[in-house]
Amino acid sequence: MADVMPTTAPGKLILLERIPPPVWVIGLVLLVMPAFASNFVLYQIFGWSFILGMIALSLMVLAGYGGMVSLIQMTVGALAGYVVAILGTSGVTDISLGWPWWLHIPIAILIATLFGTLVGTLAVRTEGIYTIMITLAIAAAFFYFTRQNYGIFNGYTGFNNVIPPRLFGIDWRQSVPFYYLTLGCAALSYGAVVWMARTPFGLALQGVRDNPRRMSALGFSVTAHRIAAYAFASVIAAVGGILLVWQNAQVVPGTAGIPQVIDILVIAVVGGLRRPIGPFIGAIIYTVLSVFSSDILHAFGMSGERFKLVIGLGFLAVVFFSPDGVLGLWEKYKARRDENRDPLLGGGR
Amino acid sequence: MKRFIGATAALALMLPGAAVAQDTIKVGILVALEGTFAAGGADGVRNVELALKKVGYMAGGKKIETVVAATDTTPATTTRQARKLIEQDKVDIILGPLSGSEGIAMRDYSKTVPDKTVINGISGALETTWVNPSPNFFRFNLDGSQWGSGLGAYVVNKKGWKRVATVSADYSFGYTNFLGFAVDFCKAGGEIAERLWVPLGSSDFAGVIAKLPDNVDAIYLGMGGTDSINFLNQYQQAGGKANLIGGTIMADSTVLSSKGKAKDALIGTPTSGPFAADNPAPEWQSYVKEYQDAFPADKRFPIPSLFGVGYHVATLAMISALNEVKGDLSDGQKKFHAALSKLKLQTPLGVVTLNENRQASGSVFITEVSDKGDGTLTNKMVGRVDNVTQTLGMTADAFRAMGLPSRTTPDCKALGGK
Repeated sequence: MADVMPTTAPGKLILLERIPPPVWVIGLVLLVMPAFASNFVLYQIFGWSFILGMIALSLMVLAGYGGMVSLIQMTVGALAGYVVAILGTSGVTDISLGWPWWLHIPIAILIATLFGTLVGTLAVRTEGIYTIMITLAIAAAFFYFTRQNYGIFNGYTGFNNVIPPRLFGIDWRQSVPFYYLTLGCAALSYGAVVWMARTPFGLALQGVRDNPRRMSALGFSVTAHRIAAYAFASVIAAVGGILLVWQNAQVVPGTAGIPQVIDILVIAVVGGLRRPIGPFIGAIIYTVLSVFSSDILHAFGMSGERFKLVIGLGFLAVVFFSPDGVLGLWEKYKARRDENRDPLLGGGR
Repeated sequence: MKRFIGATAALALMLPGAAVAQDTIKVGILVALEGTFAAGGADGVRNVELALKKVGYMAGGKKIETVVAATDTTPATTTRQARKLIEQDKVDIILGPLSGSEGIAMRDYSKTVPDKTVINGISGALETTWVNPSPNFFRFNLDGSQWGSGLGAYVVNKKGWKRVATVSADYSFGYTNFLGFAVDFCKAGGEIAERLWVPLGSSDFAGVIAKLPDNVDAIYLGMGGTDSINFLNQYQQAGGKANLIGGTIMADSTVLSSKGKAKDALIGTPTSGPFAADNPAPEWQSYVKEYQDAFPADKRFPIPSLFGVGYHVATLAMISALNEVKGDLSDGQKKFHAALSKLKLQTPLGVVTLNENRQASGSVFITEVSDKGDGTLTNKMVGRVDNVTQTLGMTADAFRAMGLPSRTTPDCKALGGK
């Protein structure tokens, strides 16, 4: 359709026309959600899903486009949260410096990005399982360091009362503002990732993923592209981390404990690593399961103690039926539906 | 994909938390069912059920309905689950949480829901009711420092152990419980040679065990749950033979009923805490019998655990206060809050009253681990200190001046120790 438009049409319009109708519908539903969803669903289910989705999205960028499975993303987010608590305000007045938001938020994102890039610099020299090992090792070291360090990270107790600044007279921790805040950040991150994947850099990154040797023969620096991908992903993880800390009003070593680090991988894998929407789907499944699993057990007349079993079985089922996560299931379904169509005239995929 | 999100959202909206009938009071049980204290948390749920069953799930003429929310002892999960209880399940009262940092998180959270009530389960951090206490957070159990009170004087005067090294868990309850012991111990003229701290949930204690000094009369151990068992295992393997002094959860029934030989190292170890298994008082004996009769032997501990007793007392407090106000929770639960504050609660542990911070004053029991003869271990009561207050018998100012529990508080010399 775009090609029949007059050449003077603004590029933006072409871009908007390319967005498929389902995206408009989902966008609209998400925008009017506060009209019919309870505060709990807005804040705890969707707010949390968007946040975890963003952090998992940063993993998706690395794993899906870069072929590097990094377990450091949660730690990058937690570090950003820690910096916000340390430079901004918190309940621990001995340590927090109380800097204004326009100073401490950019610095937090910057520091977390630097950290993520640094870890990336170390990790890109390894492949496959070794990338996982090295990033997991750094994540574990960060966890134990924050738990033992009392001067800066306040040890086991961490920081409480870390709340978002009162911008424009709005209390951003209220359900509806927080919902829109997280939705906005998630949508921006999603858009940024979709855009990035189509830039020359994104295409080169995917080339590096598929055949690093050939790319390097073509004159692309494999290492530089991978490190840049880490830097890009770290920004998203850092923003997600800050939102997470605001949501919980606290940051503790357990924010980036080993289970939480693994959870991000689980979310990304369950949702699907091939497309940026996957991590968000995985995050919604994760939050719904972890919030309601004990209720599900009770509904079947069992005691709620085994709630982790439900979560585990749910994930196992998804991975068993579709190695590509929930997105893979959808694509399988679509492929089967399209089978009956005429391959030449049916359009289909 | 769109359909999927729609379905998920619909599912989320449909799940519990619809309308609550006027004649029902919904109670949320916020309890750790994962991690170090999972076994104790399950006992907490049992004990809430026990207390409610006794009154036929009725209090103040209203039906009581319970919802369990599981935490993993991290404050983030606790706040999240508390929000779920209040906003989604629409509970009126929360019983819980279980551990120290969770308690502090709930103190802060409870301030945001002033027309609801939180009755602490068994979390024992001092700060919860000492620093900026919340008007709708009530604690009917003694805090961690109160539980340690009396033990220090006992080991100095009765055992003659004047110089100790300490190994405690590196988190708020570890500090607080240690403070209660140390205040008493130092006042009685004791000396703390070395303070060591281990992270909660450690599995490797070799480094700490190697650091323990030899020239001490005893070693104070302030750990709990699986940490206790792991430590004792490794301590025995390293050939350790020193006298031991236990913090409150070091020799809890969750530890004493564990399998294996590790716990045998505890025989003869004095500990202190909010209850004694063989307390001859009739109110305690009848409670233990009820507990044993209510659950089959393989589904419970031999006697209620510390965690179980805490949740039980919290439930009793809730029932008494609800009876007093005839189940009236209107007007932001103001009457209910007032009734809770003024309770003179008869518990299996004796009479408990609240102070101006809504913190309990009550009895501390000193016990020693002993072998029952058939290889099972039990805590034998050797002493009881009544009416232990939040400030451990000091004036509020003196207590405040000492500083909040931390790795270095209290200063032993300032209290008259060495």
